[in-house]
Amino acid sequence: MAAEPPAQDPWRGLRRSTPARIGLGRTGDALPMAAVLDLQLAHARARDAVHAPLVVAAISAELDGLPLCAVRSLAADRGVYLRRPDLGRRLDPADLALLPHGSWDAVFVIADGLSATAAQRHAASVLRAVLAKLPGWQVAPVVIATQGRVALGDEIGGALGATLCAVLIGERPGLSAADSLGIYLTYAPRLGRRDSERNCISNIHPGDGLSYEVAAAKLAWLMTEARHRRLTGVALKDDVPALEGPHQPVIG
Amino acid sequence: MSCYASRFRGERHVFRDLRDVLAKASPRRSGDELAGLAAESDAQRVAARSVLADLPLTRFLEEPLVPYEADEVTRLIFDTHDATAFAPLRHLTVGGFRDWLLSYEATEQRLAALAPGLMPEMVAAVSKLLRNQDLISIGSRCRVITAFRSTVGLKGRLSTRLQPNHPTDDLRGIAAATLDGLLYGAGDAVIGINPATDNMPNCIALLEMLDGLRERHDIPTQTCVLTHVTNAIGIMERGAPVDLVFQSIAGTEAANAGFGVSLAILREAHEAALSLRRGTVGNNVMYFETGQGAALSADAHHGLDQQTVETRAYAVARAFAPLLVNTVVGFIGPEYLYDGKQIIRAGLEDHCCAKLLGVPMGVDVCYTNHAEADQDDMDTLMTLLAVAGTSFIITVPGSDDVMLNYQSGSFHDALYLRSVLGLRAAPEFEAWLERMDMKDRHGRIRDLAPQHPAMRRLLMSGN
Repeated sequence: MAAEPPAQDPWRGLRRSTPARIGLGRTGDALPMAAVLDLQLAHARARDAVHAPLVVAAISAELDGLPLCAVRSLAADRGVYLRRPDLGRRLDPADLALLPHGSWDAVFVIADGLSATAAQRHAASVLRAVLAKLPGWQVAPVVIATQGRVALGDEIGGALGATLCAVLIGERPGLSAADSLGIYLTYAPRLGRRDSERNCISNIHPGDGLSYEVAAAKLAWLMTEARHRRLTGVALKDDVPALEGPHQPVIG
Repeated sequence: MSCYASRFRGERHVFRDLRDVLAKASPRRSGDELAGLAAESDAQRVAARSVLADLPLTRFLEEPLVPYEADEVTRLIFDTHDATAFAPLRHLTVGGFRDWLLSYEATEQRLAALAPGLMPEMVAAVSKLLRNQDLISIGSRCRVITAFRSTVGLKGRLSTRLQPNHPTDDLRGIAAATLDGLLYGAGDAVIGINPATDNMPNCIALLEMLDGLRERHDIPTQTCVLTHVTNAIGIMERGAPVDLVFQSIAGTEAANAGFGVSLAILREAHEAALSLRRGTVGNNVMYFETGQGAALSADAHHGLDQQTVETRAYAVARAFAPLLVNTVVGFIGPEYLYDGKQIIRAGLEDHCCAKLLGVPMGVDVCYTNHAEADQDDMDTLMTLLAVAGTSFIITVPGSDDVMLNYQSGSFHDALYLRSVLGLRAAPEFEAWLERMDMKDRHGRIRDLAPQHPAMRRLLMSGN
């Protein structure tokens, strides 16, 4: 703590210590124009991310060659999705036939969640990175799910008969990042799994967040441990925080 | 339980039980629709209100909405009900109660005397018959005054919680946000941090930093780290400087269990905090947060609509004479309150119902990015609440909470509200602002130049 008098902008030093919008200044009681527009832009980006559709064709192009299938939840549109989290957790029964039952070690589900932007930008890259770290695994076709919440993976994984289900899903956008991806891993996925039975890797996005490579390494470690120990959730938290905790990302 | 039927303007409507009447009489909101409790049509909603309006208030004393045997919150409500205070209302229907509340008879003194005689369910019921202006009118007549190092809830005052959260609990970053808020005159209700990690050494480090800052500048306010009540008990045992004990609470025993608390745990924490005797002008030592949707999200709502079960949480709060309570109204998400209209209505309901029950209610005027709401909606709600006499609002730098990832009030918002409505900070805090030469001759907070002594004093301690 240096005791020099503050410089012309006394906030310059302090701003390095927090991403909070400190030292914004005033005009009368109000925020300066630039600060108002900055907040509006960040909020607009977040809202655009919430309402953007997931473009399945673009993701499948990025995963060139990998077998995949596209499914929908029971939430017919964004309005229903936001009001009825329960419907976003259930598979449209018409899509059940698309999921080939087999002895899969794992299935990867890419879901829009609350930020299709995040899934669109980052999911394929993270998936390619993690697949490179799992030689010899029997991996089911990649499932791309629209209007999906985390627990949709339980029904998908159950229908496929997969040992592990990893859901790569867009997290609720904040003002600082509208494209943050989360991954939820569940052992023996089936309807009715609780959140405390999952492990979570959150805040994946280039820039301030977790990099693709680090996220993929954490996920591969978790998957290997989960398969070996036959569980996920609070009991598997040596290295990576479990979903259950005071500050889990709000994602549904 | 009896069945309730009505013939209302030629249409016949039947309601399963009292809970059904209350749920269907509620203004439309996504949480009740999610729970399958909402009215199926707007006409049915009004019919339910007509049934409710004719219901005697005493029905709530005869018919517990959550069984007495199964729920300690119900037991608390019934066992502490003050029949003498209730006596003047005994003969009224819910509609009659509404009329009385809006009459000139309902003065500040009479409402205060009535509070111990009111059950949360009576208050929730009458709120369903109130328009937004009624919620404001009645809320503004209620005065709930509490104190610790500052006095909150006096007439003509609007306090603020300064919420300097940081995504990794960086002490310097939190100090910077705190100083930012103090320079706008924020923080007279509490300087309160939501910690990013709940472990005890981290919470103690935050508490010691805030307490040091408060002592160094002799600020007449209280500090709080909003960690779980059981952590707070452990932290007090270790001798750390705890002013207020925080806890999220809800309106049923099962929902509170979901938060990991019971009345017994709250009692233990309350007694421990009282024994520290850190207050100077009062000894209200608890701080609670509530919010519509909390009970449903824990699947612990017992078939009650979210506003009625929320009001029961205020019975829990008032049992512990808190300094501060606030609803987190827009935080819980669009599956409970979908848009600006629903958030605004719920904020006014929560404030009015809590004040009628004698609870010092403030509001986190806020929204998340997946709700259909924006800054304009928050401007509307905070202005309405300030007119209604909310005890405090929550303020963060530039409305952006960088740890909890949602938008709340800003320090600037509090300046705006105090300006347009002529409201002032808590008297002890106001005197401090004057001592620090931070107010101009119009009573406004100065926009300080970097070289101003007050700016230098505060900022040098943070740099």
